[in-house]
Amino acid sequence: MRPDEIAAIIKSKFPQVKEEAGTNYIIVPKESILEVAQYIKNPPLGMDNLHCITGIDRKEKIEVVYTFYSIGEHHGVTLKVNLTPEDLNVASLSEIWKSANWLEREVYDLFGVIFSGHPDLRRILNPYDWQGYPLRKNYSNPDFIAKPRM
Amino acid sequence: MDATQTKEMYTEEFLINMGPQHPSTHGVLSLELKLDGETIRNCTPHIGYLHRSMEKIAENRTFTQFIPFTDRLDYVASMNNNLGYVMAVEKLLNLEISERAKYIRVIIAELNRIASHLIATGTFAQDLGAFATPLFYCFREREKIVEIFDQICGNRLTYNYMRIGGVLADLSGEIIEKIKEFIEYMRPKVDDYDELITYNVIFLARSKHIGVLSKEMAINYSVTGPNLRGSGVKWDLRKDEPYLVYDKLEFDIPVGENGDAWDRYKVRIEEMRQSLRIIEQAIESLPQGEVTVRVGRILKPSASETYFRTENPRGELGFYIVGDGSVYPYRLKIRSPSFSNLAVLPELVKGIKVADIVCVLGSFDVLMGEIDR
Repeated sequence: MRPDEIAAIIKSKFPQVKEEAGTNYIIVPKESILEVAQYIKNPPLGMDNLHCITGIDRKEKIEVVYTFYSIGEHHGVTLKVNLTPEDLNVASLSEIWKSANWLEREVYDLFGVIFSGHPDLRRILNPYDWQGYPLRKNYSNPDFIAKPRM
Repeated sequence: MDATQTKEMYTEEFLINMGPQHPSTHGVLSLELKLDGETIRNCTPHIGYLHRSMEKIAENRTFTQFIPFTDRLDYVASMNNNLGYVMAVEKLLNLEISERAKYIRVIIAELNRIASHLIATGTFAQDLGAFATPLFYCFREREKIVEIFDQICGNRLTYNYMRIGGVLADLSGEIIEKIKEFIEYMRPKVDDYDELITYNVIFLARSKHIGVLSKEMAINYSVTGPNLRGSGVKWDLRKDEPYLVYDKLEFDIPVGENGDAWDRYKVRIEEMRQSLRIIEQAIESLPQGEVTVRVGRILKPSASETYFRTENPRGELGFYIVGDGSVYPYRLKIRSPSFSNLAVLPELVKGIKVADIVCVLGSFDVLMGEIDR
């Protein structure tokens, strides 16, 4: 299926989602990420592979980006959840896709997003006693020397 | 000691730390094993010992400056990492490269795939007790590839050969002759591995029916590459979402049957044969022309996002790049294949003997450089 067809199917089922301008990414309100995820897992979309989860710090918001692919149907979709820095809670998808376990731990480690319902939310790349969330734009570490900007 | 002094006999689980300095973890991986006698009850991997904050560094480097960093992700297959990164940036820039550069990229990437699978084969055999001999044979063949790469770009491990818009240098006639010689040299060697390792009785006994990864579990854990194909899923980005010129070349996708350690190993051996086929065809139809497209010295992609994935020797390497209109990426996420492949390990080793964990881990061919990033 083409990305616009997939977007149309999801939008007809869930009126609260909207498409990001200029792209085929689908912005999902954080309350409904679990039911949207459950829906796209099953036919007709059949997204059996949660390929990648990442975060983007836009300063006024933190985006969590989920990249899904379907092995059987040869298509994919990207979902986005926008979180405000005050409330960084979003439901974990690790019950539906096991791959979410480590991927969500990584986003928690680097951005501080709390995935509620995650079975084992610990830091993964940084030491367990690390302070702060390194990939946030306002993160600073006394040992970090930024390269002079061009 | 008489009977009145002995306490009541009891058993309890005990904890053992395997790694981070352990010859069979192929890098700084630490496994916390809970053992009941020789049986593994629980396994908790601890990673991050090689964490170099590549993604944070990328935000302070220009797009071109980041290419050498990708070498250090999966340092056994640097060319493939370079390729994945520059193709993601080219997708962000909507840049079309020349036909000759596409063919050269395919030749180089497949050569590096063979080199990477050779290391996987050699170290896996060594892990299972085939001391030194297979490893030396594999490194002997790999040396030929490394020499070719040395001649192309001057480096033996971290190549930094792919460029945004093409490749560093053209392949001369001499190098093409060398690659042709290598194909002729390599073909019988792969058959030798079959005789020496693949159907060896001890090797079969150690790796058959060990660490069985089912189809459903592999997809659910987002396992990719030879490990996914070893479980019998016919999925290869080179065929299913072809990039470069893979759709013009003829090759098969080997798949395993049971999803055990031996199947994953066998898929790699077969992939070496297929890679040789790809290189042979690509050299035959190598067109003439330029190898680089001129791009400006200062690259400023528009404020947009892109995700691009390529088929690496270890699985699907993805780059999620967010541009903000400046010369630096606003955010660069590296989706490394080994990271997801390793996540399935605790499930597979539950209930098996402690000696077999080396076999399961070796068959997954994980590399800590790209897990920790």
